[in-house]
Amino acid sequence: MLTNEIFEKLKSEFGENILECNDQQPVDHFIVVKSEKLFEICHTLRDDDDFLFDYLMSLSGMDLNENLGVVYHLYSMKLKHKLVLKVMVPKTDPKTPSVERIWRTADWHEREAYDLMGIEFTGHHNLIRILCPYDWEGHPLRKDYQTPESYHGMKTSS
Amino acid sequence: MGELKRLDLEYNQLTSDKMRLNVGPQHPSTHGVLRLEVVVDGEIVTEVIPHLGYLHRSFEKYCEQMTYVQVIPYIDRMDYISAMNNEWVYVMGMEKLMGLKVSDKVEYIRVILAELNRIANHQIAVATFGLDAGAFTPFLYYFRDREHIIWVFEKLSGARLLYNYFRVGGLAADIYDGFKEDCLNIVKRVRKTNEELMDLLILNGIFIKRTANVGILPPDVAISYACSGPVLRGSGIKYDLRKDEPYSIYDRFDFDIPVGDGEVGVPGDCWNRNIVRVREMEQSCRIIEQALEQMDMEGDVKELVPRRVKPPAGEVYMRAENPKGDLGLYIVSDGTDKPERIKARGTSFVNLSVIPEISKGYMFADLILILGSIDIVLGEVDR
Amino acid sequence: MGLLNRLDDPYEGGGIVLGKIEDILNWGRSKSNWYLHFGLACCAIEFMAMNASHFDFMRFGTIPRTSPRQADFIMITGTVTFKMAERIKILYEQMAEPKYVISVGSCSNCGGPYWEHGYHVLKGVDKIIPVDVYIPGCPPRPEAFQEGMIKLQKKINEQAIFNKRKRLKKEQSDDNK
Repeated sequence: MLTNEIFEKLKSEFGENILECNDQQPVDHFIVVKSEKLFEICHTLRDDDDFLFDYLMSLSGMDLNENLGVVYHLYSMKLKHKLVLKVMVPKTDPKTPSVERIWRTADWHEREAYDLMGIEFTGHHNLIRILCPYDWEGHPLRKDYQTPESYHGMKTSS
Repeated sequence: MGELKRLDLEYNQLTSDKMRLNVGPQHPSTHGVLRLEVVVDGEIVTEVIPHLGYLHRSFEKYCEQMTYVQVIPYIDRMDYISAMNNEWVYVMGMEKLMGLKVSDKVEYIRVILAELNRIANHQIAVATFGLDAGAFTPFLYYFRDREHIIWVFEKLSGARLLYNYFRVGGLAADIYDGFKEDCLNIVKRVRKTNEELMDLLILNGIFIKRTANVGILPPDVAISYACSGPVLRGSGIKYDLRKDEPYSIYDRFDFDIPVGDGEVGVPGDCWNRNIVRVREMEQSCRIIEQALEQMDMEGDVKELVPRRVKPPAGEVYMRAENPKGDLGLYIVSDGTDKPERIKARGTSFVNLSVIPEISKGYMFADLILILGSIDIVLGEVDR
Repeated sequence: MGLLNRLDDPYEGGGIVLGKIEDILNWGRSKSNWYLHFGLACCAIEFMAMNASHFDFMRFGTIPRTSPRQADFIMITGTVTFKMAERIKILYEQMAEPKYVISVGSCSNCGGPYWEHGYHVLKGVDKIIPVDVYIPGCPPRPEAFQEGMIKLQKKINEQAIFNKRKRLKKEQSDDNK
């Protein structure tokens, strides 16, 4: 299925929770959805016979200056089609539902997005830092991140 | 004497005090700086908690500070065992974003180098897996052969491990005279050693006893955890991006996709994951032979390399079949000469996440084997 | 092999070597160095190649040990991150004296390619432990490893064992003159 067909089908099911469909070249086509119903949308995407997206390729956190974003790259092993799904969350309250219970691989991806971007995934069973030390301060991949002077007495600059 | 009574105790009924063991971060068997917190009941593993980040080198932050060309050396340092393949994914993604179509000669050279690097990677993987099981000889044999592959790369790029050889739109330098003969010699060597190793290691009774039926990964779990590469194929799923979504010129070659078919043990165990790698080396040899035959030696490899890489605004998710699985790069461009964001979906990062699931209930010594059979490289896990 | 060559030209009676005890001890120490391999990143792969058939690191008399307490020197091969730095320090402190450190590769020498924006990379392992030999390269070739090992052997050969303090004082007073 092409992205705009998926968009139409999702739109008929979830209405205004599906925001827009971008199918302009040269970008990868993507669908933007609201974060409130994300879990249900993902559940449909995995289990509906027309979609069957059983393989979450990647989950990336994004810093879009005023907002934070999460990008899901989905793939279907049976139907061999792809989908890019995007969610925007405000920087002041970066919360979005966790899809860890739908695709198990999302567990570590979400922990990474939390660690580096500071996006909180509600419903995640163990949302702790994964790459940086557990007592690290700040979220390094944000554009406004300032590297701390030192960590445990070791200087961070050369 | 009376009859010897059997104690009919099941596992979980006779529990001892649980012990918490730390494996790593500095341990020869963790393939780098991985730390595993293992809860053992006697000698049986009941829980594994991986702690990552001991090699977190801020790759993604670096990408945002560098220009597109400067990113290539950092891509090398992600999966440092198969650097050529890493570069290829990035370069292909950039070409897709910029709408470049490289010449046939470049494509052929890229395929040959990627397949050579796949052989080198699998040699290390099988060698260290043998090392984990207690076999030292394969390590020496495979490293002897790997050195010949490294020499070809060194003649081409000047470096032994991290090449920085691919460019957006081409390659850094043309191939040298005698490249063809060198590659054919390597293919001959690889086949000979693999034949020896089949008897010495793979079909060795002790090795089979250690690795068959250990760490079984069922296919549905593998897909849910988004495993890829030999880990997925070891579970019996015939999925290879070179065939399923042929990128570059892979549709011109005739090769098979080996899967773990349970010839020994059951599909999805350590032995089957390992045999996929050994058989893939043979398939890579076939691809190299065909590519060398079809390749046209005329042409300039630097013809299309742009002076300044400045793609239009947009985003692309590129993935390709790396030796360890599919590496995905999500490149977002805002129209300047620096990337807005590059997110790397590390293959080993995803494959490693399956460890807590498949190592429960096995002996502690088997945990090391399971880890070895997944073939991780920490540079890619932590980035 | 310098010591054994001197046996070829014996004094009357044969088999006599005149020399300082210190030289013999140092000769033994430098030719039998056990090491704790601290493989961290890319350099560790080159180090594996170094250990394997083509280059054969063991002919320097080096044997890998997995415990710091049995090791004479520690080989830091790769990028040192903040999360790892404390562990390196602990392991270094567990080693018995005399102990040496070889820092391999640009990353552990000075931060290497990650010196500028690497928020999680320690810019040089010498910020936490003293380093005896630096091996440059990213990653260094196996030949560079060999050179580094020879450098370390040279350093051990020239070290004082007896009356260290007295000699050190004398040297200092000589310098002051």
